[in-house]
Amino acid sequence: MSNHRGTLFLAVLVLVSTGCTRKTVTAAPQPTAFGSALVESSGGKQMGATGTVLAQPLVVQVNDDQGNAVTGALVEFSGPEGVSFDPPGGLTDSSGQLSTNVALGSMAGRYQLSAHTSTKAQKSVELKIEEIALGYQQQLGFQLDNKYCARCHDPESTPERVSNYDNLAVKPHPFTEGDTLNKMSDADLTAIIGHGGPALNKSALMPPYLYTLSKTQIEALIAYIRLISDPPYHASGTVYAQK
Amino acid sequence: MQSSENKLPSLWQTLFGHPVSAFGTVSLLLLIALAIAPAKNHFSEWRHYQKQYLALIRGRGEAVTLQRHFHDGIQQIWLPQLGVVDRCTTCHVGLKEASLADVSTQPFREHPVIPHTLDQFGCVMCHRGQGPATTVEEAHRSTLAWEQPILPAKYVQSSCGQCHRAPLTGTPQLNLGRTLLTRYGCVHCHTIKLPDGSAIQPTDDPPSLEHIADKTTREWIYAWLKDPQAYAVTATMPNFKLSDPDARDISAFLTADSTPLAGDTEPAPKNEKAPDPTAGASLYGESFCASCHAVQNAAGNVVGGDIGPELTRVGTKAKPEWLRAWLRNPRVYDSGTAMPHYRFTDPQLSLLTSFLGNKTDSDFLANVHLDAATPEQIAHGKLLVTEYGCASCHEINGIKKPDNFAPELTRIGSKPLTQIIFLPGMTHALPDYIAAKIRQPRSFGAALKMPQFSLAPAQVDALTTTLLALTDRAHYLPTALTVPAQPPSNYQPAGKAGKLMNDMACFTCHAINGRGGDLAPDLTWEGSSVQRQWLLAFLKNPGTLRPALIRRMPRFNISDDDAKELTDYIMTVYQTPAFDRDSMPDGGYPPAQVEQGRQLFYSKYACQSCHIVDTKADKGYIGPTLTQVGSRLTAPWIYHWLKDPQATRPGAIEPNRNMSDEDARALTAFLMNQKGSSKQGAKK
Repeated sequence: MSNHRGTLFLAVLVLVSTGCTRKTVTAAPQPTAFGSALVESSGGKQMGATGTVLAQPLVVQVNDDQGNAVTGALVEFSGPEGVSFDPPGGLTDSSGQLSTNVALGSMAGRYQLSAHTSTKAQKSVELKIEEIALGYQQQLGFQLDNKYCARCHDPESTPERVSNYDNLAVKPHPFTEGDTLNKMSDADLTAIIGHGGPALNKSALMPPYLYTLSKTQIEALIAYIRLISDPPYHASGTVYAQK
Repeated sequence: MQSSENKLPSLWQTLFGHPVSAFGTVSLLLLIALAIAPAKNHFSEWRHYQKQYLALIRGRGEAVTLQRHFHDGIQQIWLPQLGVVDRCTTCHVGLKEASLADVSTQPFREHPVIPHTLDQFGCVMCHRGQGPATTVEEAHRSTLAWEQPILPAKYVQSSCGQCHRAPLTGTPQLNLGRTLLTRYGCVHCHTIKLPDGSAIQPTDDPPSLEHIADKTTREWIYAWLKDPQAYAVTATMPNFKLSDPDARDISAFLTADSTPLAGDTEPAPKNEKAPDPTAGASLYGESFCASCHAVQNAAGNVVGGDIGPELTRVGTKAKPEWLRAWLRNPRVYDSGTAMPHYRFTDPQLSLLTSFLGNKTDSDFLANVHLDAATPEQIAHGKLLVTEYGCASCHEINGIKKPDNFAPELTRIGSKPLTQIIFLPGMTHALPDYIAAKIRQPRSFGAALKMPQFSLAPAQVDALTTTLLALTDRAHYLPTALTVPAQPPSNYQPAGKAGKLMNDMACFTCHAINGRGGDLAPDLTWEGSSVQRQWLLAFLKNPGTLRPALIRRMPRFNISDDDAKELTDYIMTVYQTPAFDRDSMPDGGYPPAQVEQGRQLFYSKYACQSCHIVDTKADKGYIGPTLTQVGSRLTAPWIYHWLKDPQATRPGAIEPNRNMSDEDARALTAFLMNQKGSSKQGAKK
């Protein structure tokens, strides 16, 4: 009797546990062709808020030895913890491309993503892509940059805004210019933003912002500048890469 | 069976047979029972993490400081007013340690910089999850009786929205979602009541369909209903996935139901020569139509503003006689339209009508062939229009706007999971459900009425974020702890000038007293800012103040009387209480002071990096060109602006230079001396 009950209990347990753990398994598509090179078409070097989907999809292209696009090659995306891809992989379309929407992880920093495809000889080809996630502070800095700084510090004009860079006798440093800005300490940057160029014997065309921006805002601006600098700033810019 | 029956009494005999052994056994059992609780405590998950943390900090340079900050045992943040009991800091030990910035293993990471502190708000206010739980599983995931899993990072801004009802600079995603909620018309069908009792109002203005047959053809209505985005990629009207007969019947009903409106059509004058298409294009450009209307170019990019509808294929939609009447005075057809009354001349009307009429796409209506509508089709169309709730958004003759057409979403952010029917394979979490509903409403059932919107992934996330902010907590928070939004302004200028301002739709671009758009400068204190002569001339023929700007004020061709009426009103009514417009003279400053101002302008304050005074030498064009500023602005305005730009106009980008009164006066003298080209010679 008790034996019987035990079996029944076991059966129920198995049923319940399979019911709870059932997952939809999607089979990976089988590649119909193979390429030998993987190139980025668009969507790299983007900035987005932590955890959110980047504005532009990431598009990669598979080429063969002659540099022609390959249709039907299998591409898989991967990234550090917290990064998600929609779709996570698939076959390239008729123009040899595969597009995916990338959502970055929950910590601010640079994210090293990679795309993989394999050649006919099962050799793996990897493409590295970098995206930047802005936390609350960096995002605030980004907005301040847009409002107050970019008109002079960004040499690129947009349809909405013509850059003033070329009109200045002494050229400002673009915020991505890591070679110069990484050598300056946070205290130096705070001084030059707060008191203007002459504070560090630099151009008087840079006005002081001490009476316009709060301390928090200046800190946010520096956090943003540190994050986007190229080459990367190392004192605090954490890099999230796969282990 | 036999042996086990014998064994049990013998075991009993061994343990309890003798009083001494009985005493020993009972003591041992008691000891074991007493040890259970301390053992559970000793081997608990959180203790394991605290030990790991201590091992982590041991080797670090600042170990002593970190050690001093560390407190052993269960930690708790208790905020009775917010209903917060959080024990998260028991395991997340390093949240406040700035020196742990390089540590990337959880739960020991430093918390990124945010505007609030942990002690003020705790953790679950923003991250959700179970605050009182002390195991990883119970704190973070939805298990057993717990309802509230951790909120994924991408929706975390929703938590800000529980208390902050106004837009915040730090929450672009939440702000976008709130804009989409009103702009895509979600709140036409779904009621969303705010904690103060008011309901969210839509900001879109779906066109009335009462006179639709004057404006367009039944074929266009049919094709539009089938796929609005095929007509205009930027269309906000969702796709109702109608079958061919349903679209046929609705188009039949709307056409039959439409009544003619006097004056909303106007035939082109007879014997009119074919207007010059290039002249039409330049009139379109000069009138700055692109500030509000977009057109898709050959490369597929949509270029232009998003205040008015996209005009890529407008010639396929609008009948020429309706378009001409609309361009003459849009207020005849739609009294509340955001489009200004341009007062075009007849030749200009012909130019624009033909220019826009040529923006056609023959493919759009190529496969639409509709036979004359039967009464049955019209009746069926009316039934469908009622069923799909078309009148929630559009005015339709003979159909009342339905109340509460769709479920109310006032507390959707706290909807219990037990009330939700998930799709197979879906994560059982509220954010996933809401996002899936927005992304593909009909995937939850083909018979559902909610249409398919064309939203980008980022827009879906933004909308989900906004809806997740509508929680129970947002409703029971004490009012003192919330940051209310600015109440909407229904400011209305008075009299004849007020009528003129509505006619020219000034509020579409300019804001006054909290009402209006942000495309152009705020005019609340315009009367204190500018000189009368300049304003009068500007209204007649708006020039540009900032050469680098693409969007500019269009010319409305207003009469001298109207320009005078408006100028008088602005000069009288839009005055700041902060200073008197006549407190400083417009000219006659001593040359020495002017010269001092010039030196300050070029050396100490380096204004030339952003402004132009001397067109030959200066190049800066971030701020307005100042060659004629002495004829445009009043002296007290310049003076107060220099002293504190942000106080004079909130949001100004000119930095506050903390100027002394003397410097500000000298600079004002120098700037007031810049009277423009006509007086340039005299000055020299």
